[in-house]
Amino acid sequence: MSIFIDKSTKLLVQGITGRDGSFHTKQMMEYGTAVVAGVTPGKGGQKFEGKVPIFNTVAEAVKSTGANTTVIYVPPPFAADAMMEAADAGIPFIVCITEGVPVLDMTRVYPFVKERGSRLLGPNCPGLISPGQSKVGIIPGHICIPGPVGLVSRSGTLTYEVVFQMTRAKIGQTTCVGIGGDPINGTNFIDCLDAFEKDPATTAVVMIGEIGGTDEQEAARFVREKMKKPVVGFIAGQTAPPGRRMGHAGAIISGSAGTAAEKMQAFEENGVGVAKRPIDVVDLLKRAMR
Amino acid sequence: MNIHEYQAKEIFRKYGIPIPPGDVASTPEEAERIARKFGATVVVKAQVHAGGRGKAGGVKLAKTPEEAKSIATQILKLTIKGLPVQKVLITPAADIASEAYVGIIIDRASKRAVFMASPAGGIDIEEVAAKTPEKLLKHPVDPRYGLQAYEAMQLAFFLYSDLKQVRAAAKILQQLYRAFSENGGSLAEINPLVTTPAGEVVALDAKMVIDDNELDRRPDVAAMRDESAEDPSEVDARKASLTFIKLDGNVGCVVNGAGLAMATMDLVKYYGGDPANFLDIGGSSNPEKVVAALRIITSDPNVKAILFNIFGGITRTDDVANGIVTAIKQNPLKVPLVIRLTGTNEEIALKILKQHGLSAMTDMDEAVKKAVALATGGEAA
Repeated sequence: MSIFIDKSTKLLVQGITGRDGSFHTKQMMEYGTAVVAGVTPGKGGQKFEGKVPIFNTVAEAVKSTGANTTVIYVPPPFAADAMMEAADAGIPFIVCITEGVPVLDMTRVYPFVKERGSRLLGPNCPGLISPGQSKVGIIPGHICIPGPVGLVSRSGTLTYEVVFQMTRAKIGQTTCVGIGGDPINGTNFIDCLDAFEKDPATTAVVMIGEIGGTDEQEAARFVREKMKKPVVGFIAGQTAPPGRRMGHAGAIISGSAGTAAEKMQAFEENGVGVAKRPIDVVDLLKRAMR
Repeated sequence: MNIHEYQAKEIFRKYGIPIPPGDVASTPEEAERIARKFGATVVVKAQVHAGGRGKAGGVKLAKTPEEAKSIATQILKLTIKGLPVQKVLITPAADIASEAYVGIIIDRASKRAVFMASPAGGIDIEEVAAKTPEKLLKHPVDPRYGLQAYEAMQLAFFLYSDLKQVRAAAKILQQLYRAFSENGGSLAEINPLVTTPAGEVVALDAKMVIDDNELDRRPDVAAMRDESAEDPSEVDARKASLTFIKLDGNVGCVVNGAGLAMATMDLVKYYGGDPANFLDIGGSSNPEKVVAALRIITSDPNVKAILFNIFGGITRTDDVANGIVTAIKQNPLKVPLVIRLTGTNEEIALKILKQHGLSAMTDMDEAVKKAVALATGGEAA
């Protein structure tokens, strides 16, 4: 088992003929992901790599192939439209890899997608992988192995680092999810923790956060109040200079400066094991799973 | 992207927000001329991308044009939070009956633009939020409809009781929302929004931050960037599409990805060193970026060792290796280099490095320890 994606995932790729889209589609196909369709307006009727049918619109692609998940690699000015098109076509799970989507666009996309009942992951995220079953996005497949640990992270390459350390220690994963670091994103820590708690194959969870905002603090409270499975965490930015990444007014809204120290304290107070270094995640997991 | 007060005022004026006149000077003589034109007591305000200008001596009253000249001379010599003041805004001094605060910002929690209003303006709004939260009203805006008149009135009634002033403030709030959303803002503030003894409502200050992701589609806004007001190494980094923040330590760090970059800095500190910078070369592969990164880092005389930490995903490690080799050929390094690299095309990368007498490690902790040892050892020698 896993969360959000598994062997039954039938993937559509929006922007399949672009530079990043085509490269990563090949990687996903090599990993074994069932890529059933692509969309590039104007290239409908062609085939990607001689195999995957390309459509002009998402609606056509869904109708012809029954795609139940989509991944978006289109450039930033078109990403908001791509997410909305996917939601309107009824795709239940939308993953947006695109980096640089204007945040005011996201204030419109978020309610649009939610009202249509779809789940959005990202934007500006590495996607997710359920090792041995399916990979959607850009997380390198070779660093993951199947196993019992769920992982959720705001970061990209830091996620790879932690997964790599886990895999070296022979601790496998059910699903690794990168939620992205943008101010407005579709799926947050709590959504993933909740899904991992309900997934029978997951026995422990790793949560990797960063400075800024209060998502990690709220997630820590969720762990104490709603979860039985052990959770361990790491926060990046313990030495980051204050005030350089977020404006003053951001702190006013949340009532918090979102420092690493504050987040690590919230972890500790709510029973989330705190790793000082990425490598410490491994030992914490071993202890938690004993 | 930060813009100056005078630029934010230009934008706000276009949307009809009442703002007293003002002109920008970059020399004391210009300041004197502008003050003479206004013919009254003026305020001389430093134009710099840093908060706390008043406390730093960057905002002063001048009763005569001669005084404006001498005050401008002082202020133009100031450095506020590391940034030299290069321009001053000269504006007639206003008589103030009351000061309020209004602002709008993107809120992560409600996933909307949120208005903030407080009758306690003119001071640090963070302090108001912390000490007297009952004096701060927050209101999220539905992006589909914008700020409706009744919502603007609700906020305005929190500020004023005089109906004429409430209506004037409500109009300003709707104008502010349009200025914010139509220029790709991530923050827009008027602090203070004042009432004059005659009962007018006027914006005395203006602040706006633009979402960097909006700049490509808003060339007119992007053109407002004042590079002379930014740290030169950060300007250089931005031109090379790198994210760079200069710090005070001696271990120069080149990393792909913001999270891993921060974790690398943390680890440098954990092993007893001090990071010289935050530098994210981003996701896509491009040897040129690595060349630029090394140029920026080596221009900092504090740097005693350089650490590469690359986890290849989208980033191809062979591109990074090529970048390192090219950079060193152009400009031989004077400080030791530690490379940690793993992931996409790792074998090719290692071969490239080896051909040029370089080597790489695969373990992050080991690489950081080595870089810290080299940096501190270099200092002792």
